[in-house]
This record gives sequence, C-alpha cells and structure tokens, in this order.
Amino acid sequence: MTLPCCTLDGEYFQPFTLEGEDAARWISAAGPGLKRIEFLVPQANRPEAMPHIEADLGALTGVKSVRVNLTGRRVAVVYEDGAIAPQALIDRLGFLGYMARPFDPRETGLTKDDTENARLLRALAVAGFAASNVMLLSVSVWSGAEGATRDLFHWLSAMIALPAVAYAGRPFFYSAVSALRLGGVNMDVPISLGVLLASFMSLFETINGAEHAYFDASVTLLFFLLAGRYLDHLMRARARSAISQLISLSSEGASVIADDGTRRYVPARELKPGMLVAVAAGDRLPADGLIREGASDMDRSLLTGETAPETVKPGSLVHAGEMNVTGPITVEITAAGNDTFLSELVRLMASAEQGQSRYIRIADRLARFYSPAVHTLAATTLIAWLVLGNGWHNSIMAAIAVLIITCPCALGLAVPAVQVVASGRLFRSGVMIKDGAALEKLSGVDTVIFDKTGTLTKGEPALVSPLMVSTGTLALAAGLAQASKHPLSRALVHEVAKRGLAPLAVIDIAEHPGLGLSGTYMGEPVKLGSRAWCRMEESAEDQGLLEFAFRRGAKPPNLFQFEDQLRPDAAETVAALKQMGLAVHLLSGDRQAAVTRVAEAVGIGSAVSRASPQAKLAYVDALTKAGKKVLMVGDGINDAPALAAGYTSMAPSSASDIGRTAAETVWMGESAAAVANAVKIGRRTQRIAKENFVLAVGYNVLAVPLAMAGFVSPLVAAVAMSTSSIIVIANALRVGLGRTAEPGFARLRADTAPGAKALRDAA
Amino acid sequence: MNVLIYLIPIALFMGGIGLAAFIWSLKSGQYDDLEGAAWRILQDDDTPKP
Repeated sequence: MTLPCCTLDGEYFQPFTLEGEDAARWISAAGPGLKRIEFLVPQANRPEAMPHIEADLGALTGVKSVRVNLTGRRVAVVYEDGAIAPQALIDRLGFLGYMARPFDPRETGLTKDDTENARLLRALAVAGFAASNVMLLSVSVWSGAEGATRDLFHWLSAMIALPAVAYAGRPFFYSAVSALRLGGVNMDVPISLGVLLASFMSLFETINGAEHAYFDASVTLLFFLLAGRYLDHLMRARARSAISQLISLSSEGASVIADDGTRRYVPARELKPGMLVAVAAGDRLPADGLIREGASDMDRSLLTGETAPETVKPGSLVHAGEMNVTGPITVEITAAGNDTFLSELVRLMASAEQGQSRYIRIADRLARFYSPAVHTLAATTLIAWLVLGNGWHNSIMAAIAVLIITCPCALGLAVPAVQVVASGRLFRSGVMIKDGAALEKLSGVDTVIFDKTGTLTKGEPALVSPLMVSTGTLALAAGLAQASKHPLSRALVHEVAKRGLAPLAVIDIAEHPGLGLSGTYMGEPVKLGSRAWCRMEESAEDQGLLEFAFRRGAKPPNLFQFEDQLRPDAAETVAALKQMGLAVHLLSGDRQAAVTRVAEAVGIGSAVSRASPQAKLAYVDALTKAGKKVLMVGDGINDAPALAAGYTSMAPSSASDIGRTAAETVWMGESAAAVANAVKIGRRTQRIAKENFVLAVGYNVLAVPLAMAGFVSPLVAAVAMSTSSIIVIANALRVGLGRTAEPGFARLRADTAPGAKALRDAA
Repeated sequence: MNVLIYLIPIALFMGGIGLAAFIWSLKSGQYDDLEGAAWRILQDDDTPKP
C-alpha cells in the first residue's frame, strides 16, 4: 500500500525521476527513430494549459509532436530517439509549472475502460447505420409499397437488421443471460426478448410475404438503448479515471539502506520486514517499523485525526502513513503482510463492505415488477386471442406486438440520461461520483457524519492568537521557524508572509525533536517550541488549541496559539444539510477540547472525540442498525472502515489513498460546500429519474391496450417509441438547467470553488 | 420501379461511408478527448511549430 500526499495542487508532489531500467516501461516506439511517451499532468485541467504546453514543448529540439488530452489530463509527446531525453520533458513541464509523471494506461485499468468505450461506440454506430437505412425502407413500405416491392424492401431490411441486431445487441444479451443464470431479472431481459422476438417474427413474416415487419423497431430500439448504455459508461469511466489519477500520484517507495551503507530506492510494495529505511524530514513513512536512529515528531493526523504531532525517539513504533516532521530517522521495518496497522484497517474495511446489504439500483428494482408484468400481459394476450378464435398465427403476432411495444426503451434511457447530466454537472463543480448507484444513494441519506481533521478542517494549523504581537517578535520567531517542517512552524512562516513581513536572519539554528528550535540572534539565544523548552509555566486549561512558546534571551516568553482552520463554507454546509432535514454528527479521533471547539464553530450538536477506527465503524454500524442511512464524510486512513460501512460516503481529494478508494464520491477543492451540493443534486436527480419512470410507464399504459387489441402496426410502434424516448431525454436535461450557474470546468482552488453560490441554492 | 436497383445500393453505400468514417474517427482517437476538442477549436494558432 502506497501512501499519500497530495492535494492536486501538487504541493507535496515530488518531481518524478526517470530511472534507467524503469524508463523503458513508459516509452513506446512511434515510427522509425521516433519514440512516444505519455505523461500524467494533473494541473493540465484548464483550457489555457493546452496551447501553453503544446507550444512550449513543441518548440524543443527533437520533439516531433505534443498533444494534450484535457479530459484525461495527459500529455502525449512523440520525439526523436536520442535527440532529447524524456527526463528533459518532465523538467520542462515542471518549469512551466506542471507536475508530470510518466503514465502507463495499463497500470490504472484505464485501458479496459477505453476498450469498453470503443466497443459500445462501435455497436452504437452499427445500430445507428442499420436504424437509419431500415427506417428509410420502412417509410417506403408505410407510404404504400406493395407486392414484390414490399417484399424486396422487407428482405433488404432483414439483411441489414439481422446482422446489426446480432452485433449491436450483444451487451444486452450477455447481461440478460447472466442475470437469468443468477436466477434474477434485470431490464435487459425484456429488452433482449423484445428485440429478438421482433427480429425473428419479422423474418418469419418476410419469408411468408406478409404485410408487417418490425425490423425498424428492433434496430431503433437497440440504437436508443445503446445510447443510454454509452452515457452510463461514460459517466463511470470519467470519474474512475479522475480518481485513479489521484491515486497514482502518491509517493511510491523509500530509500533502503543496505548492509554496506549504500542507499537505493525501493518501491513500497517490495519493502520487507528487517529492511532499514531512511526517512527524511517531510516524508511519509512507507511501512510500519521501529525507529533505530534519530528522534523526530510524527504527524499522525491521517491515522488518528490528531492534529498535534507526537514526539518519537529510537525504539518508538511508527506506522505507514505518518509524516516525519522534524528530523531524519532510520526505521527498521517490522511489519509487512498481515500484522500492519494498515492491513488490520483493510480487513475491517472488507468486513464492513460485506456487512452492507447490496444496493439495488432503481432501474433494477423496477425491473423486478416490470418484467413479470409485461410477460404476463403478453401471455394473457395470446390466450385471449386464442380463446376468441383468432388462430395461432394472429394470436402470436398480437402477443409479440405487446412485447415490442413494452420493450423498456424509455426506461432504459430514463435513468442513465438523468444521471449522466447530473454527474456531468457535479463533475464540473469538482465532485466525482464513482457510479450511478452512488448518486441514487446520496438522495436517500438522512444522517451525515463528518470526520474533523482534514474533512471539516483543512488539516493545517494557522495562527489565531495572539493577534496583537509586535512585528519584530513575529519576524524573529519566523526566522527560527523557517528551518523546520513542523506544521506549526510552517503556519508561523505562512502568517508572517501573509502580513508582508520578512523573517529575520537567525544563525546557529538547531532543531531538537520533541522540544523545539534554538538559535542565536544578535548574540542573544532565541528558542521556539514547547512551553517546557522555553521555561514557561504550563497552563491548566486546555482550550483545544495547539501552542508554541517563544523566548528571546531573558525576556518574558510569548505564547503563539494555533488552530486547525475550518474549510471554507464548513458552517454553512452544516446549516444547509440541517435545513434539508439531515441529522449531522461529528466523529473524530482528536482530543475532546479540539473536537468541541470545531463542533461549536460549525454548529454540530452531537460530537464524539477520541474515536478509534473501530469505534468509528461501530458508531456508523449502530446508526445503520437503527435504520438510518448514513453519509460518511472522511479523509483519513482511520476513517476508511467507516467510509465503507456507511450507506454512501464522500472524501476530499486531499484524503489518504485508502480513504479515496473507500469513498464512493470524491470532491476537489477546499470548500466543504461540495457535500451539501452533492446531496442536493442527488435528490434532484432521483426526483427527475422517478418522473421519467412515470412518463415511460405512462406511455406503456396507453400503448399496451392498443397492442393487446391488435392495433399496433410497425408505424405506430416506431412513432410511439421514438416520442417516448425523446420525452424522457428532454426531461433529463432539466437536471442540468437549474438556477446555479456553475463555472465551466473543475476548479481546484478555494477562491473559485462553487461554494457560496451552491449553498445559497441548497438553502 | 427499376430505378430502385441503383438507388438502394447508392443509399446503402452512402450509409456505409458514414459508418466507415465514424469507425475510422473512433480508431484515430477523436473521441479520446471530448473536452479538449471543444477548446481546441477556439485556439487562434493552428501551427504550434514555428
């Protein structure tokens, strides 16, 4: 399991270096003397990036062509072998401000999606071709072609339609067969039956030179249904590729120290117990282990939700996913395989997923009633016609007409069309839904549980007190803090930069893990760190704030207090969710004082602190048992089991790998408003999907009696089917209309996040 | 009605060209980047290389 980083801003993202033997893996041949390499460039998400990258890289000597793929955020470069090194391309992209790493489509499973995509599009094209040509012939028949001409047209239609049905219908036939094998029915069963029966009956009629053939109905049906299927696939593929890109960006290995003291870079999956690993300050631990050398502070916020770093020394146990803050350490790996903290969480997650009853999508729920109803109607028609003495041929024709007219064309389009419009809209505002089921589930939630650190808060502290401090003191403290990667030091430096001050130059800076920093300024000793380090008396009350004391020489010490800042719109989001009638809880692993502080700030009544991953899971399970449908929102490794156990789940893009994998929805950007926005759009989508069902079923209620009475000619069938499909698509587009005019593409930065506007609408 | 003997093959042939063109465009990767294509058309310079 590789671990984290990153905001997509790439703040912690390390520049990628192409190693000798590894490089061949990414590079493919592209003609004589030419090589092709593809890069993943997460920041190439704005249209401006396209000409920027293409013009700049294209001007390099040896580069043949550059093509940016804005959808996939990838850059493909073809270059002359030997004229330019691939590493130079990465460096140039880095210089332009785009973090890049080589990309191999195989590693993320994207190739499979692409193949499926192409297969559906080809089927769609074949069905479209057949539908248009058969329709042309059918129109001639309807307008009065007779005798030999009609037979000729029917035969031509058969020759076009039968191969097209055999080719383009496969996605439905396979799905129907596998559903029947499992003893269930889905929408594909009536679809396959309808299409196949229509084709075979028409062939039979054509052979007998009869008047009606339904070839046009069967291929048009396939065309519409494939369009729905393609839309559905497009939505899932888009979100999956975005999420897999986030995952593939995470750090991938560690520098292992061999017995002879040499160091070599080893991918995380090849680490074994007993190996010695050097972890620099600012790096994340790749595995569980014991510290052998060095002392430091560990930022464990992703694992425990605690914001205050913990001091570690030789002999301390450290876990994968923790960030080494202050000093370089050497760690002996103790756990691989099943004993790691992480693998215990993965086991918990797996059992939580199993415990969850499988969600049945709305279309499949309807299919349970729809298919038996339709097949009963067809059988009734057959029997009634026989009883009335119409003979086998006419009776079977009438029964088949019922199956054709009830073939759920509009139903097959109703849900995918709505969901693809909704997910596209969410995608543009930075919310990625993994599949349609997640969107349906979002509409059903009645309880929202937030994690604190990194979810409701940004996970990075900021200076809150004292606000009135002499600029000299602040600049001096920042001069010390500059040398450290401790989150509080960084917050201090950040604050100084924000106030437009320059940190003062402090000499002889030393970092003392667990204590703080020391240095010399104008001959006077200066210290920054814990209260004890600066000889400041401890205060009894815990206000839930993080503290740094600062002392210059013999002067009385100053106390800086920091707070993990709330995400923008956090309080508004909670208010909006409450207004939508949802219960909101806070569930954190942090200290009680810090949790209470945040709960009060955002207006959450029920808050639990010091919750272990197991306790979080139990909390979600208890609510689920009580009949609640829980939306779990969390980011850390410790939230993963709870994310898997929730009815549905959301994670910010800054979350840990495992958190993003466990969550069904991932949102980008800083603003928490995405949560309320997603629930709101989920509800609206479900409402319109239901409307579409009513429209589609309503059409059947009108058309079925006509079919049973034997009035449905191929012309009536074609017109009725097309109009009902167009109506549901038009209705689906309403999801995209709405009052919120959102920005045209996914924004990553807080200042452009669609927060405030979306919230006003949600309220 | 003898005219049908030419017209129907012509109609099918033209439809076939459309189908072939679509499959070609699919193969040559024109559906890989739907979002980028929308912006590409707005770019002024069609010749990135000097």
